[in-house]
Amino acid sequence: MNEIAPTHVTESAMPVCARVADGSPAPDPGPDPALCARAPIGMLCELTHRCPLQCPYCSNPVELERANVELTTAEWQDVMRQAATLGVLQIHLSGGEPTARKDLEDIVKVAAEVGLYTNLITAGVTLTRDRLARLVEAGLDHVQLSVQDVDPENADRIAAYKGGMAKKIEVAGWVKENGLPLTINCPIHRQNIHNVPRMIDFAVEMGAGRVEIAHVQYYAWALVNRAALMPTREAFMTAAKQVEEAREKYKGVIVIDAIVPDYYAKFPKPCMGGWARGIVNITPSGRVLPCHAAESIKGLPFDNIKDRPLADIWLNAEAFQKYRGTSWMKEPCRSCPRKEIDYGGCRCQAFALTGDAANTDPACSLSPLHAQWQAVAEVESHNPNVPEFVYRRVGGAAKKPETHNAS
Amino acid sequence: MAETPAPKTVPTRLIVAADTCLVMPRHIKLRHDPGRGRWIILAPERVFNPDETAVEVLQRCDGQRSVSMIAEALSQEYQAPLEVVLNDILEMLQDLTDKGVLVKAQ
Repeated sequence: MNEIAPTHVTESAMPVCARVADGSPAPDPGPDPALCARAPIGMLCELTHRCPLQCPYCSNPVELERANVELTTAEWQDVMRQAATLGVLQIHLSGGEPTARKDLEDIVKVAAEVGLYTNLITAGVTLTRDRLARLVEAGLDHVQLSVQDVDPENADRIAAYKGGMAKKIEVAGWVKENGLPLTINCPIHRQNIHNVPRMIDFAVEMGAGRVEIAHVQYYAWALVNRAALMPTREAFMTAAKQVEEAREKYKGVIVIDAIVPDYYAKFPKPCMGGWARGIVNITPSGRVLPCHAAESIKGLPFDNIKDRPLADIWLNAEAFQKYRGTSWMKEPCRSCPRKEIDYGGCRCQAFALTGDAANTDPACSLSPLHAQWQAVAEVESHNPNVPEFVYRRVGGAAKKPETHNAS
Repeated sequence: MAETPAPKTVPTRLIVAADTCLVMPRHIKLRHDPGRGRWIILAPERVFNPDETAVEVLQRCDGQRSVSMIAEALSQEYQAPLEVVLNDILEMLQDLTDKGVLVKAQ
């Protein structure tokens, strides 16, 4: 017994877009290496792009999918069965607002039956006590509730939705009353970063076991609104220190996961834990993506779950193979000792800023564009004239911020 | 206007001791992953990979047996000194409790 290494429990990287992975090696090959050993651990299901909130940093694409193209109940249920067979362990039911789907219970039920760990990612404002009880009955395992700010008025303004806070407090109570674990997710940006300690306190008060201090990542809607959202480096450093203090204060009470803004990092984030390595994303219409922003890379073809089995897409589809592993890399990534730590950063960001997704993410200090790119954050975050939000609406982003005429 | 629930008492950190009885809450799932041929712990937005020892310990965390009872059983089974086993698993159980994988049995 004393010869056994002291760490008896390690953690698998559960890659969301920007969380820093623990660098653990790929899973051991299982009995069927063609499938499970290379299977994603997590599957992000964007059940719908419909949402009552209009947050200007939404991670959905700027071109939102409409309700009439959404997969049917039976199609989503089939996705759950395919995912379990492939070796997926956890599913994240997201959107838009996933509770906008009236058949959410039917989808959760099948997911639970096939052994998937089910996580509901919700804004909470349209939930009712009965509905949550039905979801729990169907087998829901965990609820992640978003909070736009702890100041109710500011939260209403950010989400363009009135009275959200009181509803969220109510929902948190229902989650606990059902004995479910709760995560509070706080997207952080220039206009609420001063409240980071209060957000963590709030999560503790709500009985959450986990809180995400999730700095906005600048893709899609957040890229459109970057000048209104980017915090200063000083504000970011202060918030980082506050998170460290709270981790000490609340050790054993709440787990605090921080997602950092890469504009202020030295090395890029291991986006998605590596392209097509740990997570798969399905859009409302059934398009299967290696990450939720992947459609921003022009020219990359994506398969639909209605046309091709999930396992085949995961293992063989062009979009998944293109940037999987490290053989696609150019310099400076190719010879970099960190290439299997950060995988050259984010392909979508590399594409958006350099025009080639195979280039080094400008978040990396070794990218030739790094200095120029950081200067953008420096200038925008210090601009005293904060532009107005371009709210997340169907067709909304076509309209640029009017002018820098915030009062 | 929604009614706000009464403020709850702020939870405190559970310090795991030899006489603590631990249990996995309902939402934590210890199971074998046949595809990958290993044990896993499914938790909110986390997957943990317990080794054989951890699985042995966790399967005994039934809310009835204390940490020292589990340590005694394992010390006999593995023919290892009780003190070493106890310290080893106390450290592991404290870590897992801090992460919400285990709670004190009611």
